[in-house]
Amino acid sequence: MASSAISTVGLEAQAKMPLWRIRKEVVTYASLIPYIAFSLFPLYIMFITSLKSKQEINNLGASPFWATGITLENYVYLAENTHFFDYWLLNTFIVTAVSTAISVAIGILAAYALARLRFRGVEAFGVAVFVTYLVPQALLFLPLINVINFIDDFIPIRDTYWSLILTYPTFLIPFVTWLLMGYFRTVPFEVEECAYIDGASRMRTLLTIVLPMALPGVACAVLFSFTLCWNEFLYTLVFIQDEVQKTLSVGVLTELVRGDIYFWGSLMAACLVGSIPVIVIYAFFMDYYVSGLTAGAIK
Amino acid sequence: MAISGTTEQVLAGRDLTAASRQRWRRSFGPDLDGFGFILPAVIIMVCLVVYPFFLAIWFSLSDAVIGEQGQWVGLENFMYLFGIMYDGQDLPWYLKFTGLSWDLSLADDIFLMTLRNTILFATIAVVLKGVFGLGAALLMQRATRMKRFIRGSILVPFVAPTVLTTLGWWLIFDPTYSHINWILANVWPFSWMGLGPFQWLGNPNLALSSVIFVNFWRGMPFFAVTIFAGLVAIPEQLYEAAETDGASTLRKFWHVTLPLLRPVMAVVILFSTIFTLADFGIVYVLTRGGPMNYTHLFATYSFTVGILNHEIGLGAAISLFLFPILLLVVILQLKMVRKESGYGV
Repeated sequence: MASSAISTVGLEAQAKMPLWRIRKEVVTYASLIPYIAFSLFPLYIMFITSLKSKQEINNLGASPFWATGITLENYVYLAENTHFFDYWLLNTFIVTAVSTAISVAIGILAAYALARLRFRGVEAFGVAVFVTYLVPQALLFLPLINVINFIDDFIPIRDTYWSLILTYPTFLIPFVTWLLMGYFRTVPFEVEECAYIDGASRMRTLLTIVLPMALPGVACAVLFSFTLCWNEFLYTLVFIQDEVQKTLSVGVLTELVRGDIYFWGSLMAACLVGSIPVIVIYAFFMDYYVSGLTAGAIK
Repeated sequence: MAISGTTEQVLAGRDLTAASRQRWRRSFGPDLDGFGFILPAVIIMVCLVVYPFFLAIWFSLSDAVIGEQGQWVGLENFMYLFGIMYDGQDLPWYLKFTGLSWDLSLADDIFLMTLRNTILFATIAVVLKGVFGLGAALLMQRATRMKRFIRGSILVPFVAPTVLTTLGWWLIFDPTYSHINWILANVWPFSWMGLGPFQWLGNPNLALSSVIFVNFWRGMPFFAVTIFAGLVAIPEQLYEAAETDGASTLRKFWHVTLPLLRPVMAVVILFSTIFTLADFGIVYVLTRGGPMNYTHLFATYSFTVGILNHEIGLGAAISLFLFPILLLVVILQLKMVRKESGYGV
């Protein structure tokens, strides 16, 4: 009885949604449409162009916004005539995975120390982390060539993606540390205290007590590092000339764009395929990503 | 465990009584724990950020070229960029004692262009991002349905690999295949007006606008999402109080929303300014600094000079111009964090 009464009330309320509210909603969504269209526009262009044959792309009278004959020849070209799938995509995966793992591990330790341990210089270290987070890559790429050449005398990393695995943590660690510091502070100290009283070492407390409780933060850090690595461009452009050692962004730009005749179809196919992993991952874990984005700026 | 191990190693070489050992451990133990945890991060940051940074300063004070160790030349690289010479009398009185002369017409033209471009680029891009990002955030807050889809699509430009999406824009701006020119030529009101075709990346001013536009496209979501988070954090009671006092929507926005968003806005603008100033990928893909250097930024010009022309010294000097701005931002940020007071309810 009661529930049906409530539902009729609800229905009435819905039916009588006041005009000003409807108008407000229409205005809101109508103004959001241009934003969304604008944001997705280049991806849509990539998608449509990648499905077109060369003839159709070169038919300048036809609408560039729609494909009439759908073909996968551009994707086949990418697989057969370029190193896109067998090297660049794979390299990007390896570099991203390894540097993310290293950076998150090191970042967890540093963030825990900053959030929990009181030691001389802790504040200075916190400021240093923040400053290094903001040092742009554009400031470091020239001297880093020297550093890589120096290390190359001992371990051959020059012109291989190992030089990227070495240098990517420079912008990942400060961010991960900065981000996780905030998360670790939210873990109640009393829980840790119990572990200490039971005789657990600091490291063990971190691994078995704190880390599981800060798991959303760690997920966020992993996600963020993943995106930053996947999108990195300048270091790869500067450090790597060998075609089979390149990552996606640089490979596509330097090997697929050649001369005056561009293979727009395959170029756009490459751009789309290269963007998809990040977009898919992020579609699933968007909330973590957003929390990291805002935490990085606000906290 | 590893941490206490190091403590014992340190203590092993000393002949200490149990009591003094305990005292020692009590006063330095926490320090050692902390140092142990931050050690890996410190090693990497010192080797790959701090050391390279000082190396960059050394480069900028030398005539280093790729593959050669270079000689100390003092401030000559910077003087070259600004056209400062050793002889001549045209200095303002307070600099006469230096015996230098300053003739801007002798300065590095491309560097002056870079300064101009950077100021235009950063100012226009950040203002656009701020205005439209705030708009998007307000709309996102008002949206009640399909929230995830809306937020997700608006964030896409920020997440997708910059270089790859910029290649998409490159096609859109291409002189022959340009989608914009196609609309101008074939869609009714524009085809009637007879506009275009424009050389989006070939005309100096249009090229700078195009580059700014793509940077705006990429950076706007950062503003939108962060400001949105700031909006959500504004307590509802404040709006209710304003309503009780009879405030209109506009007045609520002006007197409640904007003042409370100020800390968030300030942080986002600072961050975005740094990332916009240091932008490399978008310009490199679209124009490589051209046409006629009308789109060079510090990063691209430093890349051109340092990598393509092999003059690492001069290249480092150019990239170091990013540093004072960075320093300013850090100082402002730290000041703001110090007096951070939350939303004061």
